[in-house]
Amino acid sequence: MSSRKPYVRKRYWNEPEMGWYERSYFFEIWRGIRITGGVFLANMWKWMTGRKGALTAYYPEEIRADYAAHNRGKHILTQRPDGRPQCVACNMCATVCPAQVIEIDAAFDPDDPEHPKYPSRFEIDYSRCVFCGLCVEACPEDAIRMVKETPDLPGFDRGRMWLKQDELLNWQPKQDVAKPYPAAGAGRTRGAP
Amino acid sequence: MSPDFAITLVYIGYALAVLLTFGAILTWVERKQAAIMSDRIGANRAYLRIPFTQVKLVWLGLFHGMADGLKLLLKEDFKPVTYDKLGYALGPWLAFTPVVLVFAVIPFGGTLDPGALFPSLADWFDGRTYPMQIAPLDAGLLVVFAFGGIAIIGAMLAGWSSSNKFSMLGALRAGSQLISYELVMGLTVLGLILIYGTVDLDAMVRHQSGTVLGFLPAWGIVYQPLAAILFLTAGIAENKRIPFDLPEAESELISGYFTEYSAMKQGMFMLSEFIEIAIIAALFTTLFLGGYNLPWLTDAGFVFPGGATFELGHGAVVAIQVVTFLAKVFLLCSFQILIRWTLPRFRWDQLLGFAWKFLLPLSIANLVVTAVAVWALT
Repeated sequence: MSSRKPYVRKRYWNEPEMGWYERSYFFEIWRGIRITGGVFLANMWKWMTGRKGALTAYYPEEIRADYAAHNRGKHILTQRPDGRPQCVACNMCATVCPAQVIEIDAAFDPDDPEHPKYPSRFEIDYSRCVFCGLCVEACPEDAIRMVKETPDLPGFDRGRMWLKQDELLNWQPKQDVAKPYPAAGAGRTRGAP
Repeated sequence: MSPDFAITLVYIGYALAVLLTFGAILTWVERKQAAIMSDRIGANRAYLRIPFTQVKLVWLGLFHGMADGLKLLLKEDFKPVTYDKLGYALGPWLAFTPVVLVFAVIPFGGTLDPGALFPSLADWFDGRTYPMQIAPLDAGLLVVFAFGGIAIIGAMLAGWSSSNKFSMLGALRAGSQLISYELVMGLTVLGLILIYGTVDLDAMVRHQSGTVLGFLPAWGIVYQPLAAILFLTAGIAENKRIPFDLPEAESELISGYFTEYSAMKQGMFMLSEFIEIAIIAALFTTLFLGGYNLPWLTDAGFVFPGGATFELGHGAVVAIQVVTFLAKVFLLCSFQILIRWTLPRFRWDQLLGFAWKFLLPLSIANLVVTAVAVWALT
């Protein structure tokens, strides 16, 4: 014979202890309304006096100011002092890229015996990029970097997310400074294999 | 066309315009207020582009309501396979119409003397004056509760005829919740009826036009503060909004009693909910906040204590009264939205317990104390 034990509600160690003040409900409601209403009035006052009363950024128009310095945002292609890309079209970034979004066409430049190979086409498809930063790690020439600002891509056209070399070179020139090549102290001498 | 009929038509047009405008504007107010309360910006992307120009009117996202309305009107009107097509079709109307009809007995202004406003029509009106109320009924407050009872039928019918378990549960919840809170609402108002000695809403508002103790406006909330709180609570519960939105309870019942409704039929439930915010605010204003009364405003203008007067023409007085009423209603709507975005939802047993074990004894106690006080003072 099994007899059912009567149901006893489990008591938890952190159950709130409510006195008459909390149980009467109205005072606690009033406290909550004071908090939310206070936030509303404070924010409303800011809006009405021409300031911004919200933490939200208007995303495409407004880029948030507090990106971390190490945020992996958009790619930039660094330039030599003469303005040509540092890239030697070795295809290492395109090889390592897990999303396979980098496309490079190499070309031959007989006028520059130091760097005869250069990219005639360097494109990144941002609709598939996962922003992992492996291309930056893989690059032997410091030709591709990622800056903290996110790419300004929202739009109504998917084709706009496929960025060409010009844009990668030029969309923020002031940060787009190449290290001296060859890098100082890199141990490589001119003409070495 | 008789002058009475013309005036009534004007009033009905005004009431419909005000209610539908409130219904549309409150969706925007709700979005924006909720956003501002939680440090957000709120819907602000919909715009109207002026044709042939690139001028886009955003107006703080005011057109989102328009976009919603268009979407609701243009969506497929999905109909479930139900055994009661008539009940299914009647549901939204029975939920929507009584809410709008309640406004018929609410006085939204003082006495209108059209002959004084339009001297060219003075002969036609022949010196008659009209209270600014569509239906000046003696039993105004009873009509309000009668229409509240019809709204229950709408929700029950919608849920029952949808052939959906979720709808059925929502309808049952709506029925028991509305009946419980209707009772509380009625009992809280009884105290006011004892004090004013009438159920005519216009007479009630006229009772509230003076001052108490020389400085307090003689509003119902001064005489009956507890009843005011209880009435507002019961009103929000009648409206089936958070924290009393158990009949809809998205996380439990999808949309409760209107789960099976789509397109504008669902839109009518939403619209009636938003209009009911305004209706409850208007009722609360009428019963507890002095309706269209401002302190010291009489039909002749402001009469301040100490003998200072500020004469106003009839048109100015009517305009001030109408605007005062609308402003009070709007502030109360905003307060209801504040409550809706502050409090969490009740559990079902808590909801009924709150009505029967807490609000009902309080309202009865309030009634008893009021009755004794009225008996002792007269």
